[in-house]
Amino acid sequence: MPRINSEEVREIAALVRLRLDETEVERMTHELDGILGYIETVKNLSTDEILPMTHAVPFDCPMRPDEPGQSLTVDEALQNAPRRREGSFEVPRIVPGTPGTPGTGGA
Amino acid sequence: MAPDVRGASLVALAAGVAAKTWKSRDLVEAYLDRIARLDRKLGCFLLVDRDGVRRAADAVDKKIAVGASVGPLAGVPIGLKDIFVTRGIETTAGSKILKGFIPPYESTASGRLAAAGAISLGKLNMDEFAMGSSNENSAFHPVHNPWDLERVPGGSSGGSAAAVAASLCAGTLGTDTGGSIRQPASLCGVVGVKPTYGRVSRYGVIAFASSLDHPGPFGRTVEDAAALLEAIAGHDPMDSTSIPQPAGRYREASKAGLAGMRVGVPKEYFQAGMDPEVEAAVRAALDELARAGATLVPVSLPHTQYAIATYYLICMAEASSNLARYDGVRYGHRTADAGSLEELYAKTRGEGFGNEPKRRIILGTYVLRAGYYEAYYGKALRVRRLIANDFTAAFSQCDVLATPTSPTPAFKIGERSADPLQMYLADIYTVAPPLAGVPALSQCCGFTKSGLPIGLQSIGPALGEEAIFRVAGAYEARTDWHKRLPEDKS
Repeated sequence: MPRINSEEVREIAALVRLRLDETEVERMTHELDGILGYIETVKNLSTDEILPMTHAVPFDCPMRPDEPGQSLTVDEALQNAPRRREGSFEVPRIVPGTPGTPGTGGA
Repeated sequence: MAPDVRGASLVALAAGVAAKTWKSRDLVEAYLDRIARLDRKLGCFLLVDRDGVRRAADAVDKKIAVGASVGPLAGVPIGLKDIFVTRGIETTAGSKILKGFIPPYESTASGRLAAAGAISLGKLNMDEFAMGSSNENSAFHPVHNPWDLERVPGGSSGGSAAAVAASLCAGTLGTDTGGSIRQPASLCGVVGVKPTYGRVSRYGVIAFASSLDHPGPFGRTVEDAAALLEAIAGHDPMDSTSIPQPAGRYREASKAGLAGMRVGVPKEYFQAGMDPEVEAAVRAALDELARAGATLVPVSLPHTQYAIATYYLICMAEASSNLARYDGVRYGHRTADAGSLEELYAKTRGEGFGNEPKRRIILGTYVLRAGYYEAYYGKALRVRRLIANDFTAAFSQCDVLATPTSPTPAFKIGERSADPLQMYLADIYTVAPPLAGVPALSQCCGFTKSGLPIGLQSIGPALGEEAIFRVAGAYEARTDWHKRLPEDKS
């Protein structure tokens, strides 16, 4: 039985906001099934007494004074934005409104 | 007088600039000339900053002329993997989704190289978001191995390794998450170092898998790599995982010899599946280390067989999270038309990411889903600890481990790209050190009959960079492999 089917791939792609065409979905389902088959080998190992390791090198997180520092200017922060308006990143309208007013329209 | 930069060591070039034997500008022109002649066939560079590097060289030469103080790498032309953000210079991480991105800030590692006086020739090709072992996943063009243009240079830092092998840069920086410095160093016959996790700051290094990403240097010689690491290592308040201890004295260690050292030979790294020429060369290198005064100690890393699965589970989970930021709003590619925000995200990401990031985003999300999390990701975190414990146990019996870097020499372009799993399995000798966070170095230890380089990997305990530099420096001093150069193919 396959470990992952094309319906699950489509569902995850929707969750992570990633548009895939049908050829990609089919190819990926096949590839991911193979990869999952391999990585499942870790399931055979008993790890009941083992604590998860989230960090490679243990050390105390250093503290610093909580003081405002230098950061990007608004212009610097916006310089790479594909669309900007009035000191903000511009995106398609996300709340209902009158078409044709500022903020309306596509990308 | 301009020196012949082909095969030149970075340390020697820096000394010549400081002694006014030649000018930094002479070095720059020599490298730019080589890039113009050779890189059309190699594909190492994504961007050559001709004007910027000339200006930087002239500034160094002016300082030296008036006797002003300059850094230890003053005037030496280097290259940066295109994963290091560079202020004012396009940075893409090998991805179309970042095409046109001009960072407003500088990575700590590249900034420190500049502070040491090094000057950057430009940005080097890589697998998209550092995901790959062959550089075939670059969204722009592949890199060709200078030893055989039909073969891959390894990856993901393929441009960084090939540029040093072909003498297009005096040294380079790369990043290593599961082998992305050491494997291309092995396949291109140069020195590549993945330091201890946190030894070099990740600030300004475009994130792939944050708990595994390690910036590090490539050099023609062990001392060159040591000099670069000395310049970039050390605590950085901008990276909360940066190690507070000061950097070590790696150049000194590379000349200290290895008398009295215990070199562990893990039996799991010498098993079926290894190319016989690779095995013969690595075993001969172990004999050489013994003749140099090391004691060889058989050791075991019993969880090695789980390392690839564990590595891919963790790196895909982290990648799926790190790559969420590319949405067409703040920087990079944005789809031409979208009626809603949701469509803007999905179309931008569908158009901008290549196959490998898409695979890892989907699979990484799958293993983090409620219901699967404990069985996959949680399990991998526990096995990661078992793998790290293996290294701790081994280092109670020895000072350094010596292993092959890659089970095979460079393979042909296209040979493995159709099957992602086959590509992953070739990372068998490089994935465990980043999981444990311990430092490792690859250097050339021979060539196949057909003239392809073979790599020897030295692995040290956490913050044991000096130990691996001692072994690598002593091996290099007794052998000539590093002096062999690929033919210029223009």
